[in-house]
Amino acid sequence: MSEPMIRATGLVKRYKDVEALAGLDLAVPEGKVLALLGPNGAGKTTAVRCLTTLLKPDAGTATVAGIDVLADPAAAKAKIGLSGQYAAVDEHLTAYENLVMIGRLYHLGRTRARARAQELLERFDLTEFASRPTKTYSGGQRRRLDLAGALVAAPPVIVLDEPTTGLDPRSRQLMWDVIRELVGEGATLLLTTQYLEEADVLADDIVVIDHGRQIAHGTADELKAQTGGQRIEVVLTSTADTETASRILNDVAVGEVKVNGGGRELAAAVGEDAAGDLLRVLQGFERDAVKVLDVGLRRPTLDDVFLTLTGHESTTDSTDESAEAPQ
Amino acid sequence: MSTMAQALNDGWVVAQRNLIKIIRVPEILVFVLVSPIMFVLLFAYVFGGAIETPGVNYREWLIAGIFGQTIVFGATFTGAGLAEDMQKGIIDRFRSLPMSNSAVLVGRTASDVVYNVLSLIIMALTGLIVGWRINEGALKALAGFALLLVFGYAISWVMAWVGLMVPSVEVINNASFIVIMPLTFISNAFVPTESFNKVLKPFVEWNPVSAVTQASRDLFGNTGVGPGSDAWSMQNPVAYTLIWVVLIIAVFAPLSVRQYRLTTSK
Repeated sequence: MSEPMIRATGLVKRYKDVEALAGLDLAVPEGKVLALLGPNGAGKTTAVRCLTTLLKPDAGTATVAGIDVLADPAAAKAKIGLSGQYAAVDEHLTAYENLVMIGRLYHLGRTRARARAQELLERFDLTEFASRPTKTYSGGQRRRLDLAGALVAAPPVIVLDEPTTGLDPRSRQLMWDVIRELVGEGATLLLTTQYLEEADVLADDIVVIDHGRQIAHGTADELKAQTGGQRIEVVLTSTADTETASRILNDVAVGEVKVNGGGRELAAAVGEDAAGDLLRVLQGFERDAVKVLDVGLRRPTLDDVFLTLTGHESTTDSTDESAEAPQ
Repeated sequence: MSTMAQALNDGWVVAQRNLIKIIRVPEILVFVLVSPIMFVLLFAYVFGGAIETPGVNYREWLIAGIFGQTIVFGATFTGAGLAEDMQKGIIDRFRSLPMSNSAVLVGRTASDVVYNVLSLIIMALTGLIVGWRINEGALKALAGFALLLVFGYAISWVMAWVGLMVPSVEVINNASFIVIMPLTFISNAFVPTESFNKVLKPFVEWNPVSAVTQASRDLFGNTGVGPGSDAWSMQNPVAYTLIWVVLIIAVFAPLSVRQYRLTTSK
């Protein structure tokens, strides 16, 4: 296999007592999408900043498109389009002015910078507001403009740091469409996310990280297989039924049934035929007169992945979060 | 493109961005222009009667001092502008671009010259109304304005450095006050050198604000009987001002670029 477009080896970054990155390895082959999945404070943003030359790691190496980001940051920057968690646009400038400015700072020249700005505005559905200062834009519009900014120089490598965090479902869907298009055009993409669903939809390959190190690696299907796919969750009216309900759930569960909330909340991971399992559970409850407040089928979340992989919830350590905050 | 040409190109692109902001947020401009008018009127009519300036009307003598003071105060905008930039999202975009490390600073200090040009025009007009006159011809007067702008540009590099060190925009205004107030008030901007006591007088004579004030006073022909001091700095104020300009830029431009790099690589 040829050299990956993005490669990180043994990245370490410490902030005082906190180890934000504890020896992280990543590799993204050309034209592929890697999702870096983890909760707040896991080290996702720190990893992105190290790879994009914004932060110097304490140890380890990183290359982008064959360029050592530590040895030649300027050359590496020219190969990377970065769109961060916080839309990096100038609020007093219009969308068009923002994009032209970025183009000129990529040294495209005035004419090409203008043409490229126009092209990206059309592509990202921003022409309608292109002549208004961006402070009047919605969160989704700003984020799209920021992504457009990352693409001005048509970089071969695109890095997106939590591209949809804080967006409403419609804006998220729009963002996903745009990202899929980029991948269709052959871009190599590294994206960080807190949502398993997002990684599932967009990525070829997922690296789950916690406390700055990799805790799982695989395709979405492989990870889901580990977490047992969907779950049935039950909230009982009274603890008198806990034992009965647990027995009924156990008949369909993959792995053991988890009991919480003093015996009133039960959860069980189920296999492929989740809907059928749910039906069987409900029939069992009916038969044995188990009274419930709530029964539902839930897709595995990041918490489930974490619970399975690490045995702890994806709680956020406050010191970790401050270490990840931008400046 | 050579490194130097690239730095200038990138600086110019950033300066254009700052100029757009001046137009989009005209409130800033209003304050920039109103405060010097207020200073001219306050000093001319409140202190004017109490201060003796031999051989020249106080109001005519005063205006160069107001020019000097306003130019120095104007540098605060550079610090505040940078401190604000550093907290805004756009700085993340700048950092991800293969642009010159000095561009944000070069662009900021350059675009802030526009504020100074505009406030000099407003002050000159107000001055002409209250009794200020240009007595040495247009060429020397232009040289006087140019010297003021060059000095203001140098001071804005000091404030750029301060702006990068402070944690927020609010801090910069207070921090700069502590430096700028004594620098402008213990100078010949508002009262003649000879009226200071023995302890303060040497400071007044060698204070660069005194020098730029004295130099423009000379170039506009508002000096009266003379600078009221035999110090070399007061006898050669243009040369002395230019020495300061070169020194300040030589020290604070590299310091600021270094600080910018440090602040943005955390």
